[in-house]
Amino acid sequence: MALTALDIYKKLPQTNCGKCGFPTCLAFAMQLANKKASIDACPDVSDEAKELLESSAAPPIKLVKVGSGDREIEMGDEVVMHRHEKTFYHPVAYALMVDDDSPDIESKVQATEEMKFERVGEEMQLDMIAIRSKSDDPAKFSSAVSAVKGKTSVPLVLVSQNPAVMEEGLKVCGSDRPLIHAATKDNYEKMAELAKANNCPLAVLEDSGLEELAELSKKVKEAGVEDIVLDLGKKPLGRLFQELTLVRRLAIKKLFRPLGYPVIMFAGGEGASEGLEAAIGTVKYASIVVMKEADRAIMYPLLTLRQNIYTDPQKPIQVKPGIYELNGPAEDSPVLITTNFSLTYFTVAGDIETSKVPSYLLVADSEGLSVMTAFAADKFTADTATELIESCGIADKVNHKKIIIPGQVARMSGKLNENSGWEVVVGPRDSSGLPKYLREYAGA
Amino acid sequence: MALELPKEKWVGKIGQVVIGALESEGGTRTSKVALGGATSLPFLGFEGEYPNEPPIGMEIFDVVREDYPEVARKPFEDVIDDPGKWAKKCVEEYGADMICIRMIGTNPEEENRSVEDAEQTIKELKEAVGVPLLIYGSGDEEKDAKVLEMASNVMAGERCLLGLAEEAAYKSISVATMSNDHGIVAFSNLDINLAKQMNILLTDFGVKLENIVMDPLQAGLGYGLEYSYSVIERIRLAALMGDKILQVPIMCGTARVWNAREAFKEDADTGDFTSRAVFWEATTGLSALLAGADALLMRHPDAVKHVKESVKSLHGGGEQ
Repeated sequence: MALTALDIYKKLPQTNCGKCGFPTCLAFAMQLANKKASIDACPDVSDEAKELLESSAAPPIKLVKVGSGDREIEMGDEVVMHRHEKTFYHPVAYALMVDDDSPDIESKVQATEEMKFERVGEEMQLDMIAIRSKSDDPAKFSSAVSAVKGKTSVPLVLVSQNPAVMEEGLKVCGSDRPLIHAATKDNYEKMAELAKANNCPLAVLEDSGLEELAELSKKVKEAGVEDIVLDLGKKPLGRLFQELTLVRRLAIKKLFRPLGYPVIMFAGGEGASEGLEAAIGTVKYASIVVMKEADRAIMYPLLTLRQNIYTDPQKPIQVKPGIYELNGPAEDSPVLITTNFSLTYFTVAGDIETSKVPSYLLVADSEGLSVMTAFAADKFTADTATELIESCGIADKVNHKKIIIPGQVARMSGKLNENSGWEVVVGPRDSSGLPKYLREYAGA
Repeated sequence: MALELPKEKWVGKIGQVVIGALESEGGTRTSKVALGGATSLPFLGFEGEYPNEPPIGMEIFDVVREDYPEVARKPFEDVIDDPGKWAKKCVEEYGADMICIRMIGTNPEEENRSVEDAEQTIKELKEAVGVPLLIYGSGDEEKDAKVLEMASNVMAGERCLLGLAEEAAYKSISVATMSNDHGIVAFSNLDINLAKQMNILLTDFGVKLENIVMDPLQAGLGYGLEYSYSVIERIRLAALMGDKILQVPIMCGTARVWNAREAFKEDADTGDFTSRAVFWEATTGLSALLAGADALLMRHPDAVKHVKESVKSLHGGGEQ
């Protein structure tokens, strides 16, 4: 738990000498508790107190980086249990696992590299490749790592508990800062050496329980490794789910340092079952989810889930203002207008798609406000609508000048017509009325 | 040093609502389901009670319109024009724990089916399956008053859930539930305060809190799922922290998935459309459960199957 001003005050010299720039030690302690001052300002503080204060200022979950260059991944450094309390900062990374004895490593990695989606203006794709030494043969592992490296620059996870195998793999890619997976109670000394020598993050794996896992992570840290990732091991899903929650709580609520690290999880099952385990890890507290398959039909929804869960709940998500073409419109298709709050856009776009009527949807920049709120706040007005109609180029795409506005803002019709010269048609009050409305509109 | 595991001691307990009445209880149902009853967050039974594995119901309609997505229609092609057979297939082949029928065809603006026709549908449904039933109106206030009153009487003694009660229309449906001791589903649109307000309106009107199930609206994956996730989570946390009026089971539907063409349209870039649609629905439902929902209503048999499997594995976490 974070230290209070009083906890800190007790550790200060209590001389009120003023050398720190504050009149009293208590005043200084209050500034420290609020993170507005640094302990370095006190020349007389004991080393013990200094260490305590510095460690209590560290984030509850350590920020760990894997990989290098522009595909580097940051994870950890989360501060809340529930996203509405603040936000989840570092999106879970998805890794596809390939085996070193598999004949089609290169084509699998190639397919993964080519799997790119764009959704609401965000590029989405798999983040990592995990290479597992199934052969337990150092030469085979090293050539598999080379093969993967030749095809992609994403961060790697090297999976083997045999230090001799790991060492060969690291010879090929050690400078790229792959995640070494994993140190266990039997091999951790050698694995820690490898992690230090290559300056790589190290996963610690212990499936017998959280206490044992904490013991192991302490030993690895004492051996000099700072960047640690936790693996709770293979266990029934219900158990794993509970432990993921407990690890997060211990780190955030108890500032329990030995478990204050990001967590890696290997999803079990196949196909949709594997996907759902990955979904559970996405929602509840995994930082890396490793999967054996990467089917587009699973990955696209999964990446969408991540996009949803990791948005900032204090900030409305916006879509880009402009023209959206739905159901393949032509020059005689209806033109509708709405605002750029993402939920508004999605609802309206969904209802237009349901209608199957080819349409143009103009999305006005309302700074992420819904139609009614934006109208009330003067962010969606006859003027802003006119500006959009004129600037977006819709007049070049259609052979008419008729625009359908949301029923709730019927009041702007007169002015909009006057300003823009477009005929204004008042649509349904609620988006759910659009399918029926549009079908009748198009039929008429 | 033994590691002390941080277990939350919640003061609140979610009420338990049982639906379905067996023969011995004056009904004709062959099974019933219990919703809620938890004193812990979802699937964290080690720190409190999480007594009931969330039941998964399946949703059907009295009429199916042309725009109903092909993917959702396909598994039921042979029965989709007969709600009784449709329900039977859901229960017998796909293990639905309950059936919810949405009487959309009674809407005067649409097919405008008569109350007598609707009565026939509900009687057939009652005969066709033994699981507990939920009966929802079409959203037309005046017509729903009549349809749900009829449904309440036809299902007297069966302990159903009737829905959906909304802020603007809850009185006649409340009367319909109270007259035959059914439960009620209180709908609110993505807003914890509105969810609370609904429970207050209903209890002020005379509905007992133990007969209310909340539906705070589950948005589809990619279409505001995060809002639903946080609204549900906040409702559940508030209830466990002691807000009595929110200590009511939550039931969510994945219906919104079937409005989002992105989930099921043909598009090779985002994979096989059937697998995508199934996973889209399963993910939407599962995320509602992880946030705090106590029951789900779903559409596609494979999505139901996957979520049921996940729920079974999640529920067995054991002691810590």
